[in-house]
Amino acid sequence: MADEEDIILSELEDEELTLQMHDDLYDGLKEEIEEAVNILLARGWTPYDVLTKALVAGMTIVGIDFRDGILFVPEVLLAANAMKGGMGILKPLLAETGAAPVGKMVIGTVKGDIHDIGKNLVAMMMEGAGFEVTDLGINNSVEKYLDALENEKADILGMSALLTTTMPYMKVVIDTLTEKNIRNDFIVLVGGAPLNEEFSKAIGADAYCRDAAVAVETAKEFMARKHNQAAPQ
Amino acid sequence: MTDRLTQLLATRDWLLADGATGTTLFNMGLQSGDSPELWNDQHPDRIAALYQGAVDAGSDIFLTNTFGGNASRLKLHDAEKRVGELNRIAAEIGRNVADKSGRDLVVAGSMGPTGEIMEPMGTLTFASAVEMFHEQAEGLKEGGVDVLWAETISAPDEYRAAAEGARLANMPWCGTMSFDTSGRTMMGVTSADMAKLIEKLDYKPIGYGANCGVGSSDLLRTVLGFSAQGPEQVIIAKGNAGIPKYVDGHIHYDGTPELMGEYAVMARDCGARIIGGCCGTTPKHLESMRAALENTPIGPRPTLEQISTTLGGFSSTSDGTDGNAPKARERSGRRRRT
Repeated sequence: MADEEDIILSELEDEELTLQMHDDLYDGLKEEIEEAVNILLARGWTPYDVLTKALVAGMTIVGIDFRDGILFVPEVLLAANAMKGGMGILKPLLAETGAAPVGKMVIGTVKGDIHDIGKNLVAMMMEGAGFEVTDLGINNSVEKYLDALENEKADILGMSALLTTTMPYMKVVIDTLTEKNIRNDFIVLVGGAPLNEEFSKAIGADAYCRDAAVAVETAKEFMARKHNQAAPQ
Repeated sequence: MTDRLTQLLATRDWLLADGATGTTLFNMGLQSGDSPELWNDQHPDRIAALYQGAVDAGSDIFLTNTFGGNASRLKLHDAEKRVGELNRIAAEIGRNVADKSGRDLVVAGSMGPTGEIMEPMGTLTFASAVEMFHEQAEGLKEGGVDVLWAETISAPDEYRAAAEGARLANMPWCGTMSFDTSGRTMMGVTSADMAKLIEKLDYKPIGYGANCGVGSSDLLRTVLGFSAQGPEQVIIAKGNAGIPKYVDGHIHYDGTPELMGEYAVMARDCGARIIGGCCGTTPKHLESMRAALENTPIGPRPTLEQISTTLGGFSSTSDGTDGNAPKARERSGRRRRT
């Protein structure tokens, strides 16, 4: 269904260009996204507006359709890759302007577990939603999680497991946070194929996230609540 | 010469495959995170016991302990140089168990996914995926398996790569995918898509089907999707023993042996001829499945409603083959991926 007519991005008005970017993200077109990001910046948009109104808004649509079973992993990976292209341009500019990220997340697969496709997907979608993500990779001990949470001054801890034999380790990590009296400093999200809501409650996590789209929505919700609590008295 | 699996299929209406490998090995003391494949060398007695459990429970086909035996997976344990050896040993142990049984059994060489994402979304090239499956296939062949058995695959290209690996090893093969996302594989493949994928393969499997996934109801819906395509190949159903539940710090699968017996009978009624279990399926479950298959006459194809009434609800309302899947987003008709 490709349109025969070539679209000249630089000829589109801002509003139309933003919508085109949403479509191009949906279609995973990295070069087009990079071009459009540069056009908006040249037109005087702030990096923050480009990020939120063009990229994050576009990835939100991808996330919704992934959640609803319309898009699947391959499409989401391509979209995330296109997003990454845009982020590559924006990141240094955002750092210069000192714009705070939506939130900071430390994520990793738990000790004993070497599976990472789902975790990678969550990390990419979270970045796509404007979060700063520190990805610890696979097989993480409680010490590694704790160090990263402290060093990154993270808001969110994300833990993933694919095996029924490794998922109980999530409780070890949460119990350690509680012991050290820092459990309430972090939003703890858990996910992975064998998990469910019941398990998440049983181990004391804040939420179980069925898939990457739900993880992003849940993270945003918790961050909003956190910001409300932190509002000046 | 006809291969042993084809021979056996010619004399029998249905064959019972095996159950869980991981679940059983963990019960024998395998620590999570350790590679089960290293046990082929370190604890051959336990691997023989794993196979023997399935054989004694009545399985006609059992899979070797080589699911993660490709270079990409073994690399995580610094054992990528031992692909040939570990696969060969696993197959030899299996061959020995089968030959001693005095029964006509099929030793199937398990080949799980590489765990990597293929181009263009990921970095794994088709050629290197083929190379990995081929390397594993040669080890399994040398150890004496009757057939290669790719399982839990989610990407069409990876399935094609497994087929190519089997062709290069000049071995008959079977291959199942895992349908765990709204009735599709993680990569969006529906049961009908898989049937078409098989039709287009140059080197076709003896049987294809579904394994693992999310519960036995979903798996049977997928099997109905295959049989609706009227395939030439035999259909394989290898579902989990229910859904994992966390109870008092341990994981239990909630599918009882009785329920797995009902699942097996329904799987056959859905059109599967090779029926087995996957995660959580113990020899007790297999015994119950064997008894149920032997003692129940073949019935009419069950409806989706009958499946959900007997085995529990589906994880999604549509599996993408019934025209009721969520509709694609209304678009402006502008540029899109081709």
